[in-house]
Amino acid sequence: MSAADLVVSGPSREPTRHSLTTRIVIYGLLIVFALVYIVPLVVMVNTSLKPLDEVTGGNMFALPQHLTFQPWVRAWGEARIGVSETAGIAGYFANSIRMVVPAVLISTVLGALNGYVLTKWRFPGHALVFGLMLFACFIPFQSVIIPMAVILGMLGHIGNELRDATGWSLGFGNPTVNLVIVHVIYGLGFTTLFFRNYYEAFPTELVRAAMMDGAGFFQIFRRILLPNSTPIIIVTVIYQFTNIWNDFLFGSTFAAGDSSPMTVALNNLVNTSTGVTEYNVNIAAAIIAAGPTLFVYIVGGRYFVRGLMAGAVKG
Amino acid sequence: MIAKAPTAANDNPRHSSLRAVLQDWAPRLVLAPSFLLIVVFVYGFNLWTLFLSFTNAKAFTSTKLIGLANYQKMWTWTFETDPPSNWYTALINMGLFGGLYVGFCLALGLGLAILLDQKIRGEGVLRPIYLYPLALSFIVTGTAWKLFLDPRIGLEKAVHDWGWTSFHFDWVVNPSMMIYCVAIAGVWQTSGFVMAMFLAGLRGVDSEILKAAQIDGASAFQTYRRIVIPIIRPVFFSALIILAHMAIKSYDLVISVTGKNPGGAAELPSTFMYSYTFTRNQMAVGSTSAVIMLATIAAIMVPYLYSELKEKAR
Repeated sequence: MSAADLVVSGPSREPTRHSLTTRIVIYGLLIVFALVYIVPLVVMVNTSLKPLDEVTGGNMFALPQHLTFQPWVRAWGEARIGVSETAGIAGYFANSIRMVVPAVLISTVLGALNGYVLTKWRFPGHALVFGLMLFACFIPFQSVIIPMAVILGMLGHIGNELRDATGWSLGFGNPTVNLVIVHVIYGLGFTTLFFRNYYEAFPTELVRAAMMDGAGFFQIFRRILLPNSTPIIIVTVIYQFTNIWNDFLFGSTFAAGDSSPMTVALNNLVNTSTGVTEYNVNIAAAIIAAGPTLFVYIVGGRYFVRGLMAGAVKG
Repeated sequence: MIAKAPTAANDNPRHSSLRAVLQDWAPRLVLAPSFLLIVVFVYGFNLWTLFLSFTNAKAFTSTKLIGLANYQKMWTWTFETDPPSNWYTALINMGLFGGLYVGFCLALGLGLAILLDQKIRGEGVLRPIYLYPLALSFIVTGTAWKLFLDPRIGLEKAVHDWGWTSFHFDWVVNPSMMIYCVAIAGVWQTSGFVMAMFLAGLRGVDSEILKAAQIDGASAFQTYRRIVIPIIRPVFFSALIILAHMAIKSYDLVISVTGKNPGGAAELPSTFMYSYTFTRNQMAVGSTSAVIMLATIAAIMVPYLYSELKEKAR
């Protein structure tokens, strides 16, 4: 049983018997803390459904007197973000989707193959290779962003020259492509870790038997490991999706203006200093930004927790 | 474990020899691109940043070496308190934020895990509520908490409406208190995760030991303090390491809770690095701070990962 299963599955051992008072205290504390975690979300939704004068003039816990969806409409399609001409966060939401889908798919496929090699086709030095890939998960990105900016700048130059010569830049210098590259590279450590730990427990006898039957490297992967990998694929996809969608540092460094991902646009919207601060619109935009990852959490909570625990290495 | 490519496939007459060679090399060829990417983009780039920290790079990279001058500068800044240098502020804030963030996350995480482990009803409802903030982006969390703590429209206003008019809570707009708000938002976001780690640890404790303690007449408090907590000490250690490394990497949360860190009041090493590199045109100084961050994280993570891998190998 993995660590995450211990969390997700119910308690198996005998309970300590508690007096009624103790039980009331336990439930009381648990409920108070549940409120601490849930009230911010409730207040956010509440705020996003109020007209601005109720937000600035009223109590944040009070229910809307004039229920309105206008803040959501404005956040999605009308609000001015920074100095951008594009209105609303819709375009940035699309940027994030365009970035996150390829980045998650590529890093997951590579992670699966790496995990397969590192457990079933070991070579001398496999532990060192894995160790180096593992540490890469934990570096502060500050120590790579300057060189990355230089390299992406070079790709941009190549893109410009290609466009001058042929009319197409072939994706060189495209901010979304850049972010996909960055997220794939810095996500590889985690995806490899997930699959490596999962395949470590996969019976090697099955692999060996397939080899005896003459199955090759890719055949074994496709026919034997992959069909048994659904849980870890879900865990990895959820983990990568959440991390990449929520990234801010890379997005704000390597994509500017209209090509920014959602998190960067949200931050620009909130910190736009011109005009009246439309708190209700800002919060509606924040909920939209949180929507996809919250949805994934609600649908695949069990796998989400497994990913988190595996990301803490123990597990 | 299988040490090398299979011989069975190679002996098979159906396979041409080229194909056999490819089969032999397939595993390494498959792993090589990922490994190379990591060697270049992680370790190569770290070395590049290290190199830049010895140069006089300003707005652009430079190859003019100036020895340890940047490190000397940072060392001087570390003790420059009047007026405080940005680096001094960053270090003080790191201590405050890091201490509060790690401490409160551990305490809350353990407390909630112990409470949840009392075979209570409704665990399946409560647990997801404690954990959902982890699905949010730090920018979303920051945006939300900035609003709740805003004295004009948030908590202070609400408490005034309820009748306690002398209540005063303006930390989020008070430069000297902003860093505490970052810690509040951070603890709210991450404590559920620590709860999950501790809960897994508690669920792994052998119930026989607990029964024995009960029979011996130990109270619940004694059982936890003397028996359970010592058993789950490794979880403490893991949580501490993970939290410490997250605290050092914190960047998004400061930017969003404080509204782009006005005047550097809530400066952390991460924001220091960013502003010196990208807005103040002192790339070499930015690189130096990045190297210091990397070295700190390496000092925490390398021994931890090493022991984790050793443990797994056994």
